Amino acid sequence: MELDNAKKVLEVSHLKQYFNMGKKDEVKAVDDISFDIYEGETFGLVGESGSGKTTAGRAIIHLYQPTSGSIKFNGQEIVGLKDHKKMQQFRRDMQMIFQDPYASLNPRMKVKDIVAEGIDINHLAKNDDDRSKQVADLLATVGLNRDHASRYPHEFSGGQRQRIGIARALAVQPKFIIADEPISALDVSIQAQVVNLLKKLQRERKLTYLFIAHDLSMVKYISDRIGVLHYGRMLEVGTSDEVYNHPLHDYTRSLLSAVPVPDPEYERTRTQIKYDPKYEDGSKKRELVEIVPHHFVQCSQDEIPMYQERAKEMGLSVRA
Amino acid sequence: MQSKENILEVNHLKINFKTYAGTVKAIRDVSFNLKKGETLAIVGESGSGKTVTTRSIMGLLANNAVVAGGNVLFHGQDVLKMSQRELENLRGAKIAQIFQDPMTSLDPTMRIGRQIAEPLMVHKGVKKAKAMAQALEMMKLVGITDAENRINDYPHQFSGGMRQRIVIAIALINYPEILIADEPTTALDVTIQAQILDLMRELQDKIETSIIFITHDLGVVAGMADRVAVMYAGKIVEFGTVDEIFYNPKHPYTWGLLSSMPTLDTNGDELPSIPGTPPDLLDPPKGDAFAARNSYALKIDTEKEPPFFKVSDTHYAATWLLHPDAPKVTPPEQIIERQKKFAKMQQQLEDKKLHHKVEETEEQP
Ligand SMILES: Nc1ncnc2c1ncn2[C@@H]1O[C@H](COP(=O)(O)OP(=O)(O)OP(=O)(O)O)[C@@H](O)[C@H]1O
Ligand SMILES: Nc1ncnc2c1ncn2[C@@H]1O[C@H](COP(=O)(O)OP(=O)(O)OP(=O)(O)O)[C@@H](O)[C@H]1O
Ligand SMILES: [Mg+2]
Ligand SMILES: [Mg+2]
Repeated sequence: MELDNAKKVLEVSHLKQYFNMGKKDEVKAVDDISFDIYEGETFGLVGESGSGKTTAGRAIIHLYQPTSGSIKFNGQEIVGLKDHKKMQQFRRDMQMIFQDPYASLNPRMKVKDIVAEGIDINHLAKNDDDRSKQVADLLATVGLNRDHASRYPHEFSGGQRQRIGIARALAVQPKFIIADEPISALDVSIQAQVVNLLKKLQRERKLTYLFIAHDLSMVKYISDRIGVLHYGRMLEVGTSDEVYNHPLHDYTRSLLSAVPVPDPEYERTRTQIKYDPKYEDGSKKRELVEIVPHHFVQCSQDEIPMYQERAKEMGLSVRA
Repeated sequence: MQSKENILEVNHLKINFKTYAGTVKAIRDVSFNLKKGETLAIVGESGSGKTVTTRSIMGLLANNAVVAGGNVLFHGQDVLKMSQRELENLRGAKIAQIFQDPMTSLDPTMRIGRQIAEPLMVHKGVKKAKAMAQALEMMKLVGITDAENRINDYPHQFSGGMRQRIVIAIALINYPEILIADEPTTALDVTIQAQILDLMRELQDKIETSIIFITHDLGVVAGMADRVAVMYAGKIVEFGTVDEIFYNPKHPYTWGLLSSMPTLDTNGDELPSIPGTPPDLLDPPKGDAFAARNSYALKIDTEKEPPFFKVSDTHYAATWLLHPDAPKVTPPEQIIERQKKFAKMQQQLEDKKLHHKVEETEEQP
């Protein structure tokens, strides 16, 4: 992807999402993160459990009222948006696929009604026949067949249920999909099926994805760019090749060194890099700084030369 | 490793479950052995029978389970024929288990020091004070910092990774001969997982336990296993040393598993995937159970189940592709790459041997 000329569909700036504000158990789940997502790309959000990935996704799709910050979708500010029509349009344009294919489908609803939920809410079907046809098309798109429409979720395997969840998200013809760990609950062989489906849909429908996951190999494979979250803060952003091959932040390096690789010879010689969070202590004001073109690291002004040095050591051309 | 004694032998094990819908044929003739001090990994899709196999080793089968054949010999004695008393003596003392979710295997109302000490008191009759002292040592061994001050804490006061360390401490307190680890790190973050895996390797060296490691993560297998058994639909379809399975796999199911998992180097528009879903074990298909999903299936696969074909002294695979009369097929690209690596490794080994011989002859007067 040519990043310099790409169009930004999502601009997140200084987003904060705190829980239990002002109380003893206050959680800064998302703490001042900024990043952009370009049209047609997949942006992977990685980080350990509790780092704020799901919270960030939910804040972006407006399931939460952000504590502060701005979220622009196609140039339109979403935070505090009062215009009902525009809000409704946003709710169609952005859809979410959830991690747990068992919990996210209503067990009492037939597959066709689950898939048609968005069609009904947004009055997208001319009549019953049209509705059935749309559902059948959606099921075909995700590799299920029309016979499946009258069955209930429990009659399906995990991979099939995840396909139903994808069909439901596609029903309202979204432009942007947030996929929160969509394959984590699935078997390896089924994971590949679902990932291939997501990629195919992206090509055919020019979809943009925010892909949340903790499986770093899969994120690397599916994403064009990647953001690394830790304790609610974005520590590094760049193209997936850049972040994986030339990680700049110590945390990213440590995280990558912990990924098990299906290669015994490699595993026998692997050493894990221990992480010392000294570049995250609260004593300095740190922001994402572009060290290498399109490759950002969270750092303070006086830490910039150090990261520039690191980049040079890896043979990268540093941004002036 | 090869010369070491078998401490466990599973022979032609068959286990069915009686259900309302009919008889689930969960384990359909499984045989393997476990040597002293080794780690055997069992991999395979959900429902392939990994957990049922290992639970039978512990004598922990569900009420609706029926042993339809075979035996499980621990030092020559059949676990499946043991009395309840003998089984209780076996579990926790000789064979211990760690599960996926540390919370389900810990008692939330009991202080952790006491939980770790309990197996010692129950199985070895150790007095409380002494057991608690040993529990403290074990807590240090598994890397719980500030162990003295935390021995009286409850499970909920620990993070997920620390809880799994406590579970490991409980499992190891009696220095079991076999440790069964059923997805012990699946619920953990990669960084914590790496620590727990390191810990398991380190402890295995110290107490010489054999490990049966169940996981679906082939990366973890590559780092932990000496040998690997691949299960599909209630059967082992291939087994061999970790290098044989990763660099010279012969079964198309193993090919599929290895290529559908992206590595950090995988690129391209489509991941090779195994189409379809596993068969229904209420009514397993005739012939090779993998045939319906296997793009390399031969006609005979739908008629007759393949026997094990020998690849090396340590490597066997149940696929008709290994029959001398089978047509030659080209494995997926990623597998060819792996086989190249295997050939290179074999060559290096040969060279080393040769080199050795030359040196030896030179030394002779
Ligand atoms: N509704 C809530 N109220 C209070 N705290 C919350 C709430 N939702 C999330 N948190 C906290 O915010 C932090 C971030 O949680 P979040 O679920 O976003 O993490 P995550 O990165 O998605 O983790 P995982 O990989 O486990 O899904 C955690 O400390 C979590 O406990
Ligand atoms: N008590 C039971 N009654 C009926 N069927 C059972 C019972 N326990 C297990 N099974 C069936 O036996 C088969 C093997 O199950 P098992 O739990 O060993 O799978 P697994 O390989 O461990 O899978 P996973 O990776 O999901 O843990 C499955 O088809 C399962 O549904
Ligand atoms: Mg989450
Ligand atoms: Mg299991």
